Amino acid sequence: MSIVERSPRRTVGRSPRRTRALIVRYAILTGILAISIGPLLWQLSSSLKGQGEALFGTEATFLPQDPSFAAYATVFEQVPMALYIRNSLIMCLLTVASQVVFPTLAGYMLSRRQWRGRTVFYWLLIVSMMFPFESIMVSLYMQIRDLGLVNSFVGVWLPGAIAAVNVLIMRATFAAVPDEVEEAAMLDGAGEWRRFVRIYLPAARGSLVVVVINSFIAAWDDFLWPFIVLRSEELYTLSLGLARLSASSLSFDPRVLMAGSVIAIVPIMVLFIALQKHFFKGVESGAIK
Amino acid sequence: MTTRITSRRAAVRAASPPARRRSRGGATSGAALYRQWWTPLLWTAPAIAVIVGFGIFPFVNTVVLSFTDARPLGGGGSWVGWENYARLLTDSAFWLATRNSIFYAVVAVPLLVVLPLVLAQLVVTRIPGIGFFRTGFYAPVVASMVAVALVWQSLLSERGPVNSALQQFGLISSPIPFLSDTTLLLLSAIALTVWKGLGWYMIFYLAALANVPKELYEAAELDGAGPVRQFLHITVPGVRLTMLLIAIMSGIGSLRVFTEIYVLGGATGGLGGQARTLPFYIRDTALDPIAGNAGYGAAVSVALFLLTVGLAVLSHRLGSEKEEP
Repeated sequence: MSIVERSPRRTVGRSPRRTRALIVRYAILTGILAISIGPLLWQLSSSLKGQGEALFGTEATFLPQDPSFAAYATVFEQVPMALYIRNSLIMCLLTVASQVVFPTLAGYMLSRRQWRGRTVFYWLLIVSMMFPFESIMVSLYMQIRDLGLVNSFVGVWLPGAIAAVNVLIMRATFAAVPDEVEEAAMLDGAGEWRRFVRIYLPAARGSLVVVVINSFIAAWDDFLWPFIVLRSEELYTLSLGLARLSASSLSFDPRVLMAGSVIAIVPIMVLFIALQKHFFKGVESGAIK
Repeated sequence: MTTRITSRRAAVRAASPPARRRSRGGATSGAALYRQWWTPLLWTAPAIAVIVGFGIFPFVNTVVLSFTDARPLGGGGSWVGWENYARLLTDSAFWLATRNSIFYAVVAVPLLVVLPLVLAQLVVTRIPGIGFFRTGFYAPVVASMVAVALVWQSLLSERGPVNSALQQFGLISSPIPFLSDTTLLLLSAIALTVWKGLGWYMIFYLAALANVPKELYEAAELDGAGPVRQFLHITVPGVRLTMLLIAIMSGIGSLRVFTEIYVLGGATGGLGGQARTLPFYIRDTALDPIAGNAGYGAAVSVALFLLTVGLAVLSHRLGSEKEEP
């Protein structure tokens, strides 16, 4: 539970030198902020500009002069946006569910219980993390093909359904629960499952938020693997749909393209902003290490 | 003798019943609790199955495939010995992709090791509004890669805002071909990777900076050291291990790049596939339904894996060498 910030006294002093340093700091921060969210704001602004408005060049303004949702209407008319969104959400729900349930169970057994095979399991996790996805995707594709799962959601979901890193995160989280808490529950006669649900799960809330956000983002963002597995357009996720949109003739109007990509970014931003407090807390408490 | 042991045991039991109970309930000897030995296996079976089936087996299988002529749609699969590896040596497209991937890592890693640290140092102190800045810096991490790559594609296009601004200020006379020149395309993709990765690695540094004793900064300030000297002499040594970790992570990340090139350079990966990275090349050679050769693609995959290991070892060497003086 380390506190990330240092004492504020250091910079918020009274002397003019400190004030000047503070102003410089804010100036630098604002400059970097412009770089990090500038492209996103430009994207939003462009998507809201009407047909008559310039996007580039000298006469282009940063804010739309005549905001309209025409580009959004075009995107939904010309491309099955709603279908892509639905498909992306299905992938995210499948992934988040399996990434929450199974790593939690496995992490508990790894950290709290002694059993035959525990050490072997731990090393299997470590070894599996040595292989970057791109270096094993040829084999993964062949395996999915042999299972008859090409061009299906399950085929996209299965290889990444349980990430070793999430098992390790949950293992570290449960290991940090003091023994005394569990002993008290044992004396009360609570069975193993009850202790797991009543004591361990609530203690892991911070890490679970990190796992949920990370796996949601990963599933929403994923491109290469669904691109390999999915063939028919009815199954396309938003990322695939966007790439397709950019290759189509509609991409001649950047407003439409920007509207499409705003749609891809907004849900995930909303999720993140809603959970960010817990997220940064979870990260600070060591879920990331 | 038997009696003595029994009595000693009894004595131990009598002397410390709570200690005994603790060891039964604690993490060390929980196995005794299970009437059914298979309970732990039941809880962990799904994780073990996926980790082994889709994490470890595929690597072994990739190595095996690399000695065959397997086809992505089935068929083939007979043993060809070292043929695929012999073909690698003379395949100029493979070497080009390897060069591109290495170039990517060489440029991106230093930027991703240094810039997020500067960023973390700037937001570590809790001044008013800092939460807003932290969230803003993290926003690109959350945004989808395909979506932001499309934005960058528009920004960097011939008529895009970057070129038109540069022309407006008279810095250039004709637009810079960010997306059609191979080297510039790679550099643009690297810029995108770095831009999107800054916030992610910043988080690691924030956690590391919390462990740098703040007395060091106070002492340095009393000695009259400015922010730059404090950064170089206190912050950098204080987070060296994290820097090493990030060098390895971002290096592996650079070797995995596909989407940036795919979107910025068009589906071909630059003009004539000149800007393709190794994952891009693997996809093109192995998984094309008609002309694909999974066996050869597997050989390229093994090369990618070895390159990844080499990069991690190299980073580790460089990281621990610095520790000597």
